[in-house]
Amino acid sequence: MHLSPDDIILWQFGLFKINATIAFTWALMAVLTVGAWAITRRLSRGLARSRWQNLLEIIVTGIETQIADIGLVAPRKYVGFLGTLFLFVATASLFTIVPGYEPPTGSLSTTTALALAVFVAVPMFGIAECGLRDYLAAYVKPTVIMLPFNIISELSRTLALAARLFGNMMSGTMILAILLTITPFIFPIVLSALGLLTGMVQAYIFSVLAAVYIAAATRIRPPVPGGAAADTASANTL
Amino acid sequence: MLIDWFTVVAQLLNFLILVWLLKRFLYQPVLDAIDAREHRIAKELAQADATRNAAQAEQTHFREQQAALDAQREALLATATAEADAEGKRLIEAARQRATELEAHQTQRLATQATALRQALAERTQHEVFAVCRKALGDLADAGLESRMVATFVRRLQAARATDEAALLAGFKTSVAPLVVRSAFALSDADRAAVQAALKDDLGIAQAPQFEIASDRVAGIEIASAGQALGWSIADYLDALQASVTELLAAPAPPAGEAKPSIKLKVPTDAG
Repeated sequence: MHLSPDDIILWQFGLFKINATIAFTWALMAVLTVGAWAITRRLSRGLARSRWQNLLEIIVTGIETQIADIGLVAPRKYVGFLGTLFLFVATASLFTIVPGYEPPTGSLSTTTALALAVFVAVPMFGIAECGLRDYLAAYVKPTVIMLPFNIISELSRTLALAARLFGNMMSGTMILAILLTITPFIFPIVLSALGLLTGMVQAYIFSVLAAVYIAAATRIRPPVPGGAAADTASANTL
Repeated sequence: MLIDWFTVVAQLLNFLILVWLLKRFLYQPVLDAIDAREHRIAKELAQADATRNAAQAEQTHFREQQAALDAQREALLATATAEADAEGKRLIEAARQRATELEAHQTQRLATQATALRQALAERTQHEVFAVCRKALGDLADAGLESRMVATFVRRLQAARATDEAALLAGFKTSVAPLVVRSAFALSDADRAAVQAALKDDLGIAQAPQFEIASDRVAGIEIASAGQALGWSIADYLDALQASVTELLAAPAPPAGEAKPSIKLKVPTDAG
């Protein structure tokens, strides 16, 4: 039994290799991209629209609403990053109902990569919003004594993001695999449904936590009057 | 080792590529479509607002126009009513004036008819009285009415010398104009002789009179010269009768059941 899909090596040349994690990630990317392209190539801008377009609009506007509810002023600026995080993790969990599928999020490498992406994105958005000086000054507030604790906080929450998602996804897959060997009927289906729910919750938690971190980083400086309009204008460029 | 750093880097790249792909094929088109729809809806709402505002303005305009028309109608109605009242008063006044004129005309016509009636009544009365008197004198005294008239006339001529008519008789005496004895009937020779004798003997008029017949007279006889005349006629009696009849006609009609009015004839005295 493999603890991680990283262990399933499909092709290798020196350091370069294609394991199940990367392969399933490509598959998910293909499904998401082709599905989005197939639906959005004939988008209706009028009042009448297709069911698939309605689905996509509900998903996109739902993500945007969630980001706005968390407190980010210009949600469209963050839809690309946070929405992709949610969709990738949710799709990776959704496909666990397919036999033989190994979720890429069950790999600590994948969750680490996502956590690193958040780890890099938070200061990037913070600096873009507040400037480098204000962002760095936040680490020594209220006193310079807090600097090491803030750095530790940044690192630990990144680690927590990676470990939380990996643990939940890996455990769900492992429990399902173990139950299939013990009781091949009924229970795996129930636990599969439970794992599906857990995966969705984890996708939500992962993206919401990333949004909270970004919101905390971008609220270092109090918003200036008229900043919302500027944010909206910049968000349209996405 | 659970973390394969090559896989970490690969997944990081995969994630970034996925972010770009989804931005390109999912978020951007969908958000653009939503924006376009919202813009279109906002535009339609703005157009609807503009249309509604225009409709409200039009409605206000029409209401003002309606109010103006109502006011104008009321003014025209008031003017027409006033003109109709004035015209009605004018027509009533014209009708009243016309009625007054007709009434005056009718009154005049009635007066004319009454005058004609009175005249006819007088003439008829003269004829009837003359006929009755002649018949009565003929039957009672066996004398002609004309002879009695001549005798009365002669007696009056004789009596006139002592009255105010003496000056008139003196004028006849000195007048060079022909003296005419005018009567309503033809005088007999005896009557003519009696008249000539009275004129010559009693009054001293030497001029022989001319005898004429006046057909317009009912009865009576007179002498005339140079526009002066003295005579006696039954018309004096008839004038009294006419005055009495006129007074009776002018009196208001008595109520039904009362005694009928009677004619009181005032006969002038012989001396008068």
